[in-house]
Amino acid sequence: MSTLALDRLERAIEAVSAVPDPEIPVVSIADLGMVRAVRVAADGVVEVDLSPTYTGCPATRLIGEEVRAAIEAAGLGTPRIRFLTSPAWTTDWITPEGLAALERYGIAPPPRRADPDAPVACPRCGSTDTEEISRFGSTPCKALWRCRSCGEPFDRFKCL
Amino acid sequence: MTTIRVEETPHLAYVLRLADSALVLSHRLSEWCGHAPMLEEDLALTNIALDLLGQARLLYEHAATLEGKGRSEDDFAYLRDAPQFRNLLICELPRGDFAFTIVRQTFFSAFFHPFWQLARSSTDRTLAGIAEKAEKEVAYHLRHAGAWLVRLGDGTEESRRRTLEAVDALWPYTGEFFEVDEVGETMIEAGIAPDPASLRPSFEDTLERLFAEADLPRPALTWMQTGGLRGVHTEHLGHMLAVMQHLPRAYPGALW
Repeated sequence: MSTLALDRLERAIEAVSAVPDPEIPVVSIADLGMVRAVRVAADGVVEVDLSPTYTGCPATRLIGEEVRAAIEAAGLGTPRIRFLTSPAWTTDWITPEGLAALERYGIAPPPRRADPDAPVACPRCGSTDTEEISRFGSTPCKALWRCRSCGEPFDRFKCL
Repeated sequence: MTTIRVEETPHLAYVLRLADSALVLSHRLSEWCGHAPMLEEDLALTNIALDLLGQARLLYEHAATLEGKGRSEDDFAYLRDAPQFRNLLICELPRGDFAFTIVRQTFFSAFFHPFWQLARSSTDRTLAGIAEKAEKEVAYHLRHAGAWLVRLGDGTEESRRRTLEAVDALWPYTGEFFEVDEVGETMIEAGIAPDPASLRPSFEDTLERLFAEADLPRPALTWMQTGGLRGVHTEHLGHMLAVMQHLPRAYPGALW
């Protein structure tokens, strides 16, 4: 790959990685593990492969548009964006930085798939004396929980 | 706006069946928006509706590619009449009360969870990809419906009575899950579709476990309804489509 192409690729990766999730703007789509690949094709067009989280998530289309806008704003032209259903997105792809950012924002991060019943710590006071209120929450990716220690309700990222 | 005509090859017909079932059930669930017995369930039912809508969209997109006539997912959803819909009849029945919805979700998810699990190894790679995502979503739907079935069945006299009525009303519609016609046979032979007969043990085990926990008698063998796969529907689908399709038919190409 030429230095020029490599430079384009680096700038494309940087631009895509910085796109925030529309619903949870404290994490980027890269931290959520939605960016599967960024390439510069033979014809010079930037190609981005994304994994949607939930099939019906209304943010999916917006994310595609924001990725396109970010690539264009970086002066890299209009990209080709693909949404891949396979392999299916999993919360295990959320980076450690993403998990930490979720928690700081007040959303309890999802457990790892290998340990789905791990105790859930309240993102406000840290107590694990918590209970599920509803399996579904304000977006497809979250459930509603409550802390029995500090009394605060909170969102929890569902394990998928 | 004119109704489209779809030349249904077995493969296209099969994908449309899955898409139609997901869309029609999604619409019925979305009717709970603002009407569920509590806020949490309003969120839950509409979230499940959203997952099913997402699955339907991917399946219609796939159908459009298979057909190769440049149609969109919206054309399939909005520009076909009831006899062209291929959904399972259980999906189109009016939403009923909360017990009815929970029992329907239990039956539907108890079948479609193992269905999508097996469909992950379909020779149709697009379908297999959709299955990978759908399987995870339906597993969650099943846990939700199952937990409510137990709470309602083993709850108050009133919740139990309503749940039993819903089981009686819905059970005759579960036979369609296992129906295999020529389209189904062709798809099973091609390795595109799982053989529903192989899903029966898993379906039965799930219900056995949930009904025991809910202290409900297992539904008895009965005569089973049929027709959806051939486009022979209950009187309810046409009314539902009239609501669902009104806007795009009255204002063709309307966008917002």
